[in-house]
Amino acid sequence: MIYLDYQATTPLAPEAREAMLPWLAGPEAMGFANPHSPHKPGRAAAAAVEVAREQLAALLPPGGRVVFTSGATEALNLAILGRKPRQVSVSNIEHSVVSNAGRATGAPIQVLEVGADGLLDADTAFAPGSDIVCVMQVNNEIGVIQPIDELARKAHAKGALFVCDAVQGYGKIAAPAEADMIAITGHKMYGPKGIGALWVRDGVHLDPIVFGGGQEGGLRSGTLSPALCAGFGAAAALAMDRMEEDAAHCAALFDLTLSLMSDWQLNGSADHRWKGNINLRRDGLDVGRLMSECREIAFSAGSACASGKGEPSRVLSAIGLPSQALKSSIRLGFGRYTTRREIEDACAILNAAAAAQGV
Amino acid sequence: MRETIYLDHAATTPLLPAAREAMERGFAIWANPSSPHRAGRAARAALEEARERLKTALGWQGEVVFTSGASEAIALAITRCVFPLAAVSAVEHEAVLRHAGETNRLAVDSFGIVAPADCALPGLVAVQQANNETGVMQPMEAIADAVRGAGGLLLCDAAQGAGKLQTPDADLIALSAHKFGGPIGVGALLVKDWAMLRPSGGQERGYRPGTENLPGVLAMAAALEADRGWLDEAVRLRHVLDNAIRAAGGESIAEATARVPSIAAYRMPGKSANAQLIRFDAMGFAVSAGSACSSGSLRTSHVLEAMNITNPDEVVRVSIGRETTESQIDAFITAWRQVAGTGTAA
Repeated sequence: MIYLDYQATTPLAPEAREAMLPWLAGPEAMGFANPHSPHKPGRAAAAAVEVAREQLAALLPPGGRVVFTSGATEALNLAILGRKPRQVSVSNIEHSVVSNAGRATGAPIQVLEVGADGLLDADTAFAPGSDIVCVMQVNNEIGVIQPIDELARKAHAKGALFVCDAVQGYGKIAAPAEADMIAITGHKMYGPKGIGALWVRDGVHLDPIVFGGGQEGGLRSGTLSPALCAGFGAAAALAMDRMEEDAAHCAALFDLTLSLMSDWQLNGSADHRWKGNINLRRDGLDVGRLMSECREIAFSAGSACASGKGEPSRVLSAIGLPSQALKSSIRLGFGRYTTRREIEDACAILNAAAAAQGV
Repeated sequence: MRETIYLDHAATTPLLPAAREAMERGFAIWANPSSPHRAGRAARAALEEARERLKTALGWQGEVVFTSGASEAIALAITRCVFPLAAVSAVEHEAVLRHAGETNRLAVDSFGIVAPADCALPGLVAVQQANNETGVMQPMEAIADAVRGAGGLLLCDAAQGAGKLQTPDADLIALSAHKFGGPIGVGALLVKDWAMLRPSGGQERGYRPGTENLPGVLAMAAALEADRGWLDEAVRLRHVLDNAIRAAGGESIAEATARVPSIAAYRMPGKSANAQLIRFDAMGFAVSAGSACSSGSLRTSHVLEAMNITNPDEVVRVSIGRETTESQIDAFITAWRQVAGTGTAA
C-alpha cells in the first residue's frame, strides 16, 4: 500500500509515540496519574502537560495561550461558539466544521468567495457588522495558502477577530502571526489522534462550550491526557527541528509528481501552496472508477470526511470547476515518510489506469 | 523517598495491559476512518468492531457515540437532547451542574440519595450512577421508572460506575475510559434511540464531528472486557478501612448505603482536608479531597454540603483500584492514625 493521503491523517512519528509511552504506564510506574490531582504523581503528569504546551507554543505566535482540546473540530467550535458572534464571515473553501459551527451560533454568515486559484483577494471586503472572520491557512483539498496576515489585519481594521484553521499548516509553515485564534490538531502533523488545541491571543475572551471540572483555565473541562499531550508536543518539537527539511522534501516530491503527471492539470494556485498536497484533474476521468482500480494506493477525491460519503467537492466547485470536472480530480498528499520510489510507482499506476479509461 | 501508594483511583486509574496493547495496535492502524481507500476502510472496520465489542461488554442494545471523555459526552447529551434539561441531582459532577444553571436541583437525603418521585418530570433529568466523591449509588431503576412515567428522558453520568457496575437502564449514558483502565482522552455517550438527539453533522452518524481517536476507542473496548473479579477484593479492603478509621475516631461517609466498591470518604475530626492532603502527600500517599478537578481549590464540596455532613471540609476521599493491596491499606490506616494524632508516630 502506497499511502498518499497525508491531508486526511499522517502516520504517528516514532518520536511522538516514544514520548507517549511513559504516560501509558501501568501501576508499576506513576505515569498514569490525573494531571489535575494535586498529589505528587498528579503534579508529575501536570508537568508533562505543561512541557507539551510549551512545545506547541514555540510554533505559535507570542502573546497567547494554548488551550488543549480533543482536536481541531472542538477548537474551531470553541473559537466560534465561544465568542457568541453577531455575524460571521467565512471563506467558501473552509472545512465543513466552520460553516456548521457558524450556523450553530444562529448569526448571519457572509460567504467570502475565492478566485479560480483558490485564493481570497487580500482586498476582500468583509460585510459590515461581522465580528468574526474565519479563513483557513492551508486548504485541505487543494493545498493553497491564503494571505492570512493581510486578511487578519483587514479584519482588525473592521473591528472583527480573526480565527484561523491552521490544521494543515501547523508545524509545516510559519503560523499566521496576525490571527487572534488558531486551531490545530495532532494527527495532521505526525502526532496522535484525539488531541488538538486552540491558540488564543491574550485578551481575547471566550466562553466555554464543554463544562465540568474547569480545566484549561475554565475554558475546556475534561481530564487532559498526558500521553496525548506529550505525543502532540513531541510532534511539534520535531516539526520545529525539521520544518525546512520536511518542506524541501515535499517540494521535491511535488515537482516529481508534476513532471510524472504531465497529462493532468493542477487545481489551485501553483505558487501559493503547501507542496505536500497536489490536486490534479484529467478531463473526462471517472475518479470513482480510478479509485477502485488503484486500490494499492491510498489517495482521495476530496476531504476524507466528504469523500467517504461520495459527496462532490465543495472546494473544487468554489474554484469554478464545472460539475462534470468535479468527479475528474484526485488529491495526492505526501509528507515526511513518503519516498520518491512511492511517488514514481503511484504515478505510473494512476497514469496507466487513467489511460485505460481512454482519457 | 519511598514509593507512592496510590489511593486515588476515582481520579484516574492505571491503563490495563490489555488496553495498552490495544492502543499500540491502534497506533499501527493510523489511517483516517473516514477515508474511503483500503487503509481508511480498515480503520473504519476496526472502529466499528470496537463499537460492537463495547456494546457487548456493557450489555447495551442502543447506539454509541464516541467522544473525548465524559465531560464532552454530557455536554453533547444536554445540548443536543430533544428535551430541555428539567432537573439534575444536587450531587452531580460539575460537568452536569455547570450546564444546569438555575435548573431545578433535586435534593438528596443524608446518604446523598435522590427521591425517585422527585424525578417524575417531562424533560431531561440527569442523575449520576455513583458519586465520584462518596461512591454512593443512586436507585437508578426506580429513577428511570419515575422519569419515564412522566414522559421524560434520563441522562446518567456513569463515569464512576461504568466497568464496575451493571449498565443502568437510562436513555443517555456518559462514560469515560480512564476511570476503568482505559486511556485518558476517550469516552462515549450511549444513546437508546437516535431520535433522542438532534444531529450536529460530521462523524459518528452526524452526532459528533471530528476524526475518531481509534487507538483510544480500541483501548476503551479492551478495558471494558477486563475481568471484574477485583471488585470483591475492593469491597473487602474498603470494609477493613471503614472499620479501622471508625475505630480510630473517624467518620465513614455514607457507609450504611450501597456504594461503588472502589470509593470511600472519611472525615477526620478537627483536621482540615487540605492539611490532611499535605501530610498524606509528604508521607507518600496519593488521596484527594473531592474530585481531582476541584481538589486544587479550597471550595467546600457541594456533594457533602447537599448531604448535610457536619464539617465537610474535613473529608478526604480514598479510592481503591485493581492493584491495591491489603498492605497498602494497612499502611494508609497507620498514616491516618498518625495524621489524626490517634496513633503512635512511626
